[in-house]
Amino acid sequence: MAITEKQAQALDSLRAGKRRKVPLFDRPAFWGYLFISPWLLGFLIFTAGPMLTSLYLSFCKYDLHTLTWVGTKNYEVLLTRDAGGLFWKSLTNTALYVLFSVPLGLTGSLLVAMLLNQKVKGIALFRTLFYLPSLVPAVASALIWQWVFHPDAGLLNYGLSKVGVDGPDWLQDPKTALSSLIIMSLWGIGGGRMIIFLAGLQGISDELYEASSLDGAGAWHQFRHVTLPMLSPTIFFNLVLGIIGSFQVFTSAYVMTGGGPNNATLMYVLYLYRNAFVYFKLGKASAMAWILFVILLVFTIIQFKSASKWVYYEGAERE
Amino acid sequence: MAQTATSPARQGTRWGRVVTFVLLCLGSAIFSIPFIWTVSTALKTKEQVFAVPPVWIPNPVQWENFRRAWTELPFPTFVFNTVLITLISVVGQVTSASLVAYGFARFRFKGRTFLFYLLLSTMMLPAQVTMIPVFLIWRALGLIDTFAPMTVPAFFGGGAFTIFLLRQFFMTVPRELDEAAMIDGCSYFGIWWRILLPLSRPALVTVTLFSFLAHWDDFMGPLIYLNSMEKYTVSIGLRMFQDMFGTELELLMAASLIHILPTIVLFFIGQRYFIKGIALTGLKG
Repeated sequence: MAITEKQAQALDSLRAGKRRKVPLFDRPAFWGYLFISPWLLGFLIFTAGPMLTSLYLSFCKYDLHTLTWVGTKNYEVLLTRDAGGLFWKSLTNTALYVLFSVPLGLTGSLLVAMLLNQKVKGIALFRTLFYLPSLVPAVASALIWQWVFHPDAGLLNYGLSKVGVDGPDWLQDPKTALSSLIIMSLWGIGGGRMIIFLAGLQGISDELYEASSLDGAGAWHQFRHVTLPMLSPTIFFNLVLGIIGSFQVFTSAYVMTGGGPNNATLMYVLYLYRNAFVYFKLGKASAMAWILFVILLVFTIIQFKSASKWVYYEGAERE
Repeated sequence: MAQTATSPARQGTRWGRVVTFVLLCLGSAIFSIPFIWTVSTALKTKEQVFAVPPVWIPNPVQWENFRRAWTELPFPTFVFNTVLITLISVVGQVTSASLVAYGFARFRFKGRTFLFYLLLSTMMLPAQVTMIPVFLIWRALGLIDTFAPMTVPAFFGGGAFTIFLLRQFFMTVPRELDEAAMIDGCSYFGIWWRILLPLSRPALVTVTLFSFLAHWDDFMGPLIYLNSMEKYTVSIGLRMFQDMFGTELELLMAASLIHILPTIVLFFIGQRYFIKGIALTGLKG
């Protein structure tokens, strides 16, 4: 090993009683710190510092001009008497969005990955076709779907009319607006999460399938007792990051509905953004950010705690 | 690792393969329809756009729509700005992330494990927690309405996911190669540049593509930081286009396609490395 060679030299010189110090530049540790220093600096400047600052701001009233300490008032106002109950409205909307888009999205991604893991003709073309929607930038995607959801000339209602259903005014009806955003989010199930599932599926050794089919296991049995356990770390990874990502849904609501109609699609981060950069209530917005952070932290901790029950890691230790 | 031979078990029965094929055809058709619809709309005359039942093949084909979408707003400027921001950020992100990944993959130092977990934990931090103070930093520096807030942070490590992906890949490169290079007089930087980077092409292509998408697509950043139209990116310009030409769907779809096209072109260029890049980094763990 390149590193230990130098270390060995250093050890030799120590053994020989020469208590010479190893020059800084010869110490691998120095180089290790040097190479990770961009991230370390970035972490301090753009993550750790701002986190503490926003925690502090969340106990203040700040409009870019005057800063006053108000204690827990921002939190109290948000949780109990926020204007029009918009805080709870946005939190409920977002929770509903997460509740549907994450399980549907994960199941869809897994199904697509399993289909794409088969050896059939033209698999490369299929992979590309499923992946393409996730390459569409968020604003363009929102505009396309706004048009798909168009009540009169939109594609979706045309399709529905073919099967005799009179489609709603998807984005303008408070009853369907949130569902529309969820439907739209499913266009991306062939994207990054699917690829990660696919990589996971390809990592499952064929011997496991062979052994189980020798034991007479059917397709469902194989899925249940080979695929799912072997894939559980991947599912866990996608679930944790999926929940975190979905909670931050912003662009689709901002572009397609602007939070309307009647706040039916007012998403948490959209409301946070407005407080911060439209109304310049930076203290209140910071409090919202920290509430979101705590919610996500609780979710993540619950998932990690439950992981030992359902996530199976092959082999005891990984490098 | 990517499979080479397929066992009979995975290949399934003939019947199973037929079902798979049909499902794949159906699924990919459903996923492609919004695209076809968008392209079709972008090439229609105003009258045909709202026709019921919809006209799938535009007649006459209005290439004119693309020219108008390109010129009604200063789209060339938006594209230039976005290309500039994206290029700078991608270079910054890939360079700094690969250096950091190299540090984590190849060196022993005190606190390495702790720092690596700290890095991974930042993946779970919602951006909103740091958004406001970071805005205040750029404001204090007088850099609001410049490209700095969108580009400079990319040089500081490039994000946990990128570092993680590259580090996983670097771990699969045999250390013997480092040793051999070292004996030949290669410096630590030299090992990074001459050994790890060239051998990690699939991972680098993957990371570059992700980085490109993230910056090309970025909406919240430009929305918060850019005020003057000559600084706008495509995503903000498109949003403005929606406000001004929202009812002229043929133009709106043409403008959207202009936004989409580069990402698709880049995907096709890098595609051959792409899935390999993710599969080999062993994200499954």
